[in-house]
Amino acid sequence: MKSFTYEKAQSPAEAAAAAARIPDARFIAGGTNLLDLMKLEVETPAHLIDVNGLALDRLEPLPDGGLRVGALVRNTDLAADARVRRDYPVLARALLAGASGQLRNKATTAGNLLQRTRCPYFYDTNQPCNKRVPGSGCSALEGFSRPLALIGVSRTCIASHPSDMAVAMRLLDAGVETVKADGSRRVIPIADFHRLPGDTPQHESALAPGELVTAVSLPPPLGGKHYYRKVRDRASYAFALVSVAAVVQPDGSGRVALGGVAPRPWRLESAEAALPLGARAVTEQLLAGATPTQQNAFKIPLVQRTLSAVLAEAKG
Amino acid sequence: MEASNLKLSRRELLVMSAASATMMAMPAVAAAQSASAGRARPPVNAPVALRVNGHLHELELDTRSSLLDVLRERLQLGGTKKGCDHGQCGACTVLVNGRRINSCLTLAVMHQGDEITTIEGLGTPQRLHPLQAAFVRHDGYQCGYCTPGQICSAVGMLAEIEAGVPSHVSADLEARPLLSAAEIRERMSGNLCRCGAYANIVDAITDVAEGKA
Repeated sequence: MKSFTYEKAQSPAEAAAAAARIPDARFIAGGTNLLDLMKLEVETPAHLIDVNGLALDRLEPLPDGGLRVGALVRNTDLAADARVRRDYPVLARALLAGASGQLRNKATTAGNLLQRTRCPYFYDTNQPCNKRVPGSGCSALEGFSRPLALIGVSRTCIASHPSDMAVAMRLLDAGVETVKADGSRRVIPIADFHRLPGDTPQHESALAPGELVTAVSLPPPLGGKHYYRKVRDRASYAFALVSVAAVVQPDGSGRVALGGVAPRPWRLESAEAALPLGARAVTEQLLAGATPTQQNAFKIPLVQRTLSAVLAEAKG
Repeated sequence: MEASNLKLSRRELLVMSAASATMMAMPAVAAAQSASAGRARPPVNAPVALRVNGHLHELELDTRSSLLDVLRERLQLGGTKKGCDHGQCGACTVLVNGRRINSCLTLAVMHQGDEITTIEGLGTPQRLHPLQAAFVRHDGYQCGYCTPGQICSAVGMLAEIEAGVPSHVSADLEARPLLSAAEIRERMSGNLCRCGAYANIVDAITDVAEGKA
């Protein structure tokens, strides 16, 4: 690991200003992803800004009936919150499907949104990777691509976004609240938060330099039946090959978002009109234009079957 | 981490020695800027007071030190094990303020003021923790390397069930979690056992959870 200087942040605005001012600075919260990457020297920050002391670990009801989730709320606490279990079960289910008990106790809401891909070539510093070293090439295109993305990808990068939680947040149309280096605040719709790789796969989010996520706001509850169905190589403690988050209403309408198939949580609102027609129609629209590799083409029928299972359960 | 320090090139070592006299006085910004200017970065130390198993330790640590390495290398608490060092195996599991975490994936400097409990703080050979006794009774290990992590994890896990935290296999998110084998297996999935002693580990934990121990 490269050495780094370390400070404890005093306020969100000061943390954002410091992160923008100090070269190669990173925020650290749970640290479960960043420290892993630092040990491998995939990440080599020169300065860490520890945000754990900021009072961003609260859950509070919003006037419109929604729920504000502080950026530092741990994954365990978010999944265990009575309001989340009752009103946003798809979110609780997604959180509980990810990682291990130990990791969920450390991992935070904002850190989970911002976690990096588990593409094996991003992790292997001996291999070209456009996300890690822009312009060096993509080893995955001709390499081991079974776990990787097939839609929203580019010729420079087919990395998949690893988060389960973010898929549920996308389904719920969450808003990402931030403070910028100049102290101004804004809310980024989750649909605009994660960027597609295009020619710059190293830029993964809409955050400006130094911009700090302070909370994620959930709109008022949707009702309906909630599902998070994750398909993986082991029954527990593994990343998704494919996941389906869905809310299905009594009249058969609803929402669907996918994990494991794209560089960000994958949802197309236009495809949801096809829900009454069944999983095949929805999948065809959701994955229209997909460019799978030979190794990950299996994910297309897997999405359809997983969605089909969810819709059958919703009817039952 | 200590090992990687030894692998410095001669040039890095020279740069480090020259810089080390002044580095502690260097403000963070200057240190970061000099690093980003492409020069080798000198190690950075920071004072930390760690409370481990009820004892306070005033330490001066390289900021890179994981909690795991400090427990093992500085405090000679070798019960906590280093398996993968990447948060995948659970051998390094300890309790921080009563919650189980992977001590390999957290920096020691981030734990000032926390109450850290390792396997040495749970029980002693003369006075075993009920889970330690149950692991012995049920033969819940072969080589024993994952055992301290398994036991610390189980302590944290039972507290999570007690607090009503649901799991991936809980059929009803809003009901009190069951103490079934399926629940225990899912909740312990962050602790790997190379010897495959899982069946006996589940039995040992079940005994303690049901109050038989």
